Amino acid sequence: MDNKKLELTANEVRKGIVSAVHAAKAGHPGGSLSSADILTYLYFEEMKNIDPADPKRPDRDRFVLSKGHAAPVLYSTLAERGYFPKEDLLTLRRIDSYLQGHPDMEKVPGVDMSTGSLGQGFSTAVGMALAGKMDGADYRVYAVMGDGEIQEGQIWEAAMFAGSRKLDNLVAIVDNNGLQIDGKISDVCDPNPIDKKFEAFNFHVIHADAHDFDSIRKAFDEARATKGMPSAIIAKSVKGKGVSYMENNAGWHGKAPSDEEYQQAMSELEMK
Amino acid sequence: MKIDLSGNTKIATRDSYGNALVEIGKEHPELVVLDADLAGATKTSTFKKAFPERHIDCGIAEADMMGIAAGLATCGKVPFASSFAMFAAGRAYEQVRNSIAHTGLNVKVAATHAGISVGEDGATHQCVEDLALMRVIPKMTVLSPADDVEARAAIWAAFRHDGPVYIRLGRLAVPVIYDEAEYKFEIGKGIVLREGTDLTIIATGLEVYESLMAAEKLAEEGISAEVINIHTIKPLDEELIAKSAAKTGKVVTVEEHSLIGGLYGAVCESLAKNAPTKVLGIGVEDRYGKSGSAKALIKEFGLDAEGIYNKIKAFI
Repeated sequence: MDNKKLELTANEVRKGIVSAVHAAKAGHPGGSLSSADILTYLYFEEMKNIDPADPKRPDRDRFVLSKGHAAPVLYSTLAERGYFPKEDLLTLRRIDSYLQGHPDMEKVPGVDMSTGSLGQGFSTAVGMALAGKMDGADYRVYAVMGDGEIQEGQIWEAAMFAGSRKLDNLVAIVDNNGLQIDGKISDVCDPNPIDKKFEAFNFHVIHADAHDFDSIRKAFDEARATKGMPSAIIAKSVKGKGVSYMENNAGWHGKAPSDEEYQQAMSELEMK
Repeated sequence: MKIDLSGNTKIATRDSYGNALVEIGKEHPELVVLDADLAGATKTSTFKKAFPERHIDCGIAEADMMGIAAGLATCGKVPFASSFAMFAAGRAYEQVRNSIAHTGLNVKVAATHAGISVGEDGATHQCVEDLALMRVIPKMTVLSPADDVEARAAIWAAFRHDGPVYIRLGRLAVPVIYDEAEYKFEIGKGIVLREGTDLTIIATGLEVYESLMAAEKLAEEGISAEVINIHTIKPLDEELIAKSAAKTGKVVTVEEHSLIGGLYGAVCESLAKNAPTKVLGIGVEDRYGKSGSAKALIKEFGLDAEGIYNKIKAFI
């Protein structure tokens, strides 16, 4: 898929996020929009042997959304990729919907791991990568985590293990939008320097622009070419990317747009 | 059923765990065993010796170990994640709850060093809350075997069961009471070890032997105690418990666990619903353990045969 097509696809994913959160009157748009391009690239370009008709194919690449509150971006990407009907996005968080507030692997086709409690998803991705190594399988495992999420100690337990075991089939992606619920990550409890931390845990560290498909492609290619150690992509992103009034605003971490705000967001996205 | 009360052969259920893992490992390549730097103590070292490539030491990181186990399970492995009860059920509680049980993944959490019989290490390492913590988690099966024969059978049953299982194991060598040739383990089915008419003693883990000894002493005085071994705390054998309670009219529970939320809690919840009966709980009062030899601690906490006998005498 060329960059233009990826951009258009990511824009569709963003519309799905905004529509779902608006319909639910709750959810997490900011961190969903910041990782929309990364997930689009993963599901439309990077991940191998994934098949909406056979979501549990044993040889598929796996994806774990460790920052599980960004469920809308995962659902919207999966729907765009054909795992379930796009109109179901409008049932997000409803009592009769399979689209739970946080991803549930038992309910949603294409979700490889239930997540939501921060810090836990990355360990499960490490377990999947380890299983691949034990079985001599070729699949790769991708985990997206938040830059606030990495304040959880479990992330570093998992990183230590992955580095120690040289899991080069594992790619950790940090959605580095710089904001968490209570404000700037640097003000709340500064996890920087993130790159040096992953380096110290024996990861190959790659910097990328989370909203530039050339940069994203280059990063994932470099990760794939890296042998003997896991890779960490520090993806510099903009929280709320694509909706002007949400961009770089921690207030849009976990809030739904009003009807008027929804109209504005959709018209901004339509113009792209 | 043949029951050996001689106490001549003693084996810790953590040893049973290590040995059962090797048995299962020989037949099932999907079995993988995880530990958090306690392989020598949990006895997964026995498995490591036989199958080093399937033994994963996660280092001192129990939370991560549970997540890794969950990830392995999604790829078709059957992981047994091992640590002391304090760290498996306590420290990693939320990982067990969210990554393993909520997902319904096929992970077994095998926790050794449960209860005060840990001994000298003292309160920080003596988990008397694990049955309560694990029992309250939806989809979780909770096993608490009494001796070596039952523990090995429980490990096999956990392996064959599709879904999360917590298995409570001990450090202390305890009498082997069952005859392996005739023993059958079924998840959720209690075992009547001794029939009686005056009261029902419901015990779990190493308290099964102590309860049987107490029942012997009661019998000498003409008191007829029925003794039931509840090796599955969840799902509880409610039918068997209600039937026996209705017959004897008096129930005593015995466990090496807090009186809050464990066997006593489970039995009382069940009887309140099915067969309201007066129940005496014998276990650890609302307090921490302490250092001392396992034997001395069990005696001091009133959890040996004599302590059980005395409390029952006062009760009936």
